[in-house]
Amino acid sequence: MIRFEPRGPSSVSRMLGVSIAAAVAALLLAAIPMAFAGLSVFEGYSLMVKGAFGSLFAFTEMLTRATPLILTGLAVAVAFRAKLWNIGAEGQLYAGALAAVAVGTGVISAPPYVLIPIVIVAGALAGGLVMLGPTLLKTRLGVDEVVTTLLLNFIILLFVQMMLEGPMKDPMGMGWPQSEPILDAAALPKLMDRMRIHWGLVIALVASLGVYFLLKRTVWGFEIRAVGENAAAARHAGIPVTATFIRVGLLSGALAGLAGVGEVAGLKGYLTADLSPGFGYSGIVVAMLAGLSPAGVVLAALFIASIFVGADSMSRATGVSNYLADLIVAMALLCVLVSGLFLRFKIRFVGSQTNQEAAE
Amino acid sequence: MAGLAQDAGVVLRLDGITKRFGALTANGDVSLDLKRGEILALLGENGAGKTTLMNILFGHYVADEGRVMVSPDGTGLSELEPGSPHAALQAGIGMVHQHFTLAENLSALDNILLGTERLAALSSSRAPARRKLEELMARSGLTVSLDARISQLSVGEKQRVEILKALYRDARVLVLDEPTAVLTPQESDTLFATLKKLADDGLGIIFISHKLAEVLASSHRVAVLRGGRKVADLPTAECDRRKLAELMVGHAIVETMRSPGSPGAPLFVLNKASAGHGRDALRDVDLTLRSGEILGIAGVSGNGQTTLARVISGLEPLTHGSMTLEGKAIGQASARAMIDNGLARIPEDRHHDGIVGAMSVSENLAIESIRKPENQRLGLLRFSAMRERARNLIKAYDIRCQSEDSPARLLSGGNIQKIVLARTLETVPKVVLAAQPSRGLDVGATSDVHKRLLAARDRGAGVILISEDLDELMRLSDRIAVIHRGHLSEADPSDTLDRGSLGLRMAGHNAEDAA
Repeated sequence: MIRFEPRGPSSVSRMLGVSIAAAVAALLLAAIPMAFAGLSVFEGYSLMVKGAFGSLFAFTEMLTRATPLILTGLAVAVAFRAKLWNIGAEGQLYAGALAAVAVGTGVISAPPYVLIPIVIVAGALAGGLVMLGPTLLKTRLGVDEVVTTLLLNFIILLFVQMMLEGPMKDPMGMGWPQSEPILDAAALPKLMDRMRIHWGLVIALVASLGVYFLLKRTVWGFEIRAVGENAAAARHAGIPVTATFIRVGLLSGALAGLAGVGEVAGLKGYLTADLSPGFGYSGIVVAMLAGLSPAGVVLAALFIASIFVGADSMSRATGVSNYLADLIVAMALLCVLVSGLFLRFKIRFVGSQTNQEAAE
Repeated sequence: MAGLAQDAGVVLRLDGITKRFGALTANGDVSLDLKRGEILALLGENGAGKTTLMNILFGHYVADEGRVMVSPDGTGLSELEPGSPHAALQAGIGMVHQHFTLAENLSALDNILLGTERLAALSSSRAPARRKLEELMARSGLTVSLDARISQLSVGEKQRVEILKALYRDARVLVLDEPTAVLTPQESDTLFATLKKLADDGLGIIFISHKLAEVLASSHRVAVLRGGRKVADLPTAECDRRKLAELMVGHAIVETMRSPGSPGAPLFVLNKASAGHGRDALRDVDLTLRSGEILGIAGVSGNGQTTLARVISGLEPLTHGSMTLEGKAIGQASARAMIDNGLARIPEDRHHDGIVGAMSVSENLAIESIRKPENQRLGLLRFSAMRERARNLIKAYDIRCQSEDSPARLLSGGNIQKIVLARTLETVPKVVLAAQPSRGLDVGATSDVHKRLLAARDRGAGVILISEDLDELMRLSDRIAVIHRGHLSEADPSDTLDRGSLGLRMAGHNAEDAA
């Protein structure tokens, strides 16, 4: 028999333990289809570890993949902390990338120390503005932001495709639907020679420190936490609930927009409609796995990135599809949602007892 | 084990129950016997461990030490499997929780059958079940319409369904957690009459309470819990109000007595104010609050009190009329503007509107003034200053918590109310709005709230006291107005009023009829 007993407040170590347990459980569950694919589980995972950590190149690739995940993870975490359910990081990422391309491909010419900040600000602004719409609809009219942010993803992606087929199409692109390349002066510099890792990672790490500081130390962060935990009490206590939602919406969108800036100005160099393999959606997994904590987001993003990069590498070596990575990530989300139960309850397994009194 | 002389008639025994939550001992070595046909009152302040003890009995919690013994067939006692509500039900223990566990969209009959019969057998077992229930209702006087949906029933009727549910399962022991907390005085009287009849038929009854009057009136025996330990277990006949209160609180109690106030100039005025819509709307309300007085608002729940409180709290705009403070009109009201104008607001639902449970005590103490210079500089929080002030307030208002950093939700209702009082009253407000300030609080906490409100009045603040408790209103208010269907009567000096005339006005008769 299983028995649930409510727990007291969760400690940091228990929350960390639960997240790690969820990650491990996801890996164990994914071993089942891996075995069906005819791959020995040990071999599969050792290939994946090698693919993510086996060489300097592998490691920097993993960090490069983690960069947008940290930013979308933060975008989701900060919004969810206020109970603003932003499912639209994917669209905001594309909006950020589109803005970066709009200002970074020759419209403005300036030295890098001017142009790079312009590109960054433009991307953040675009992401923020995209999230402003659903936030205002929520605060003014009570429209459910889950629906609006989710559907906006498709609208924005289609808009990006339209721009890439039309006004922003690269005339030198041999007919491919892609933007003109980002100017060298607008590109985020690489962190290491002959590697793809770029300054976007630094931006992401600084952003996570910033969000941590914001939530923990500032009046705005206090208000975000209060609104998220109990909006009615926050309103009663005179906290500007609507303004807080708008601030959170702008910040969340901006962080996702920055992810788009990094991908386009740090990595790819030009915009295509397949810039993101779902970084915005994976950001939700990252944020949940991190327990919505900004520091945890970095760790969770590294984990998810190693899965993706490792699975790619394993797939190349064995021919097993790299969809396995999506499977593991999805399992991780499910495991994390289930693990909420373990945080709130103590679970005991009790054997059925024979009634000793009756036996006497 | 069975058949000892002192066990005769004992249907339930708690033996040395100890339960700890972390550092807190919720129950320490509590032993208790319940006899057949006995009504036992379990008395204690909030946080004394009453509910924990009953949850152990019913299998929601598992005791760290000790055991629960039941006599399922009225002969010997045997140990109840710990941690299993199912086993408790099997052994004939029925529990009526403070918050009902009924499915609102099903009929009373289906709610009673749910969980007792197998789902597949539900339709076929309805007819015999109905016969059994009708017989039960006739015997106990617990009448409800079995086919009515739960959502259409009143609170009192829902409670009757819960009791019937327990009886239907052949309960031999019935536990009721604060059964009168949600009932009107008349409904409470009916409930206790029913319980008496059930006890005469042989049911053992435990009811949890912190209301001395009902314990004295309706129980055979009283067990008093304090700080998780049983401090007394004696026949009700040997008790009086004072003795029980002192046992419960642990020290002598002085009831708050109002000295005549010295009202000053009009301070806060509502002029032909209307707000809200539907049943709880406010219609054409005139209200004048003077400094140095407590103005009581009496009324049956749902007659516009909530809207009145929301208007004064700055949460609901006026649709007509005006609101003035010290002669100046308050236009576009907001909670912020009200706080800045010197209004202290004590919300009706302190868990929902009063505190952010996940945040710490010190954060909850600072929440209304978080943007004031004492709490922040350049947008950065001043933690040490916040903590320092929290420690002072915790001391000054006797807030019982592990530390200023513990989450507010871990505190008892009385201590949560003290947080609200501390943060609103320390700003020396001109007007205090107290909506149901002692609802659900125990004797000690209630007297604390009353003292604070009287102290605010004595230093010149105007206090609006909205309450459904007539004793509280009569004891504290200088003047009392009655709200009925959104209309507010003239406020009359409380010395000229009595319960009878107030009761008539609350039912909608005007002052002339009442006189």
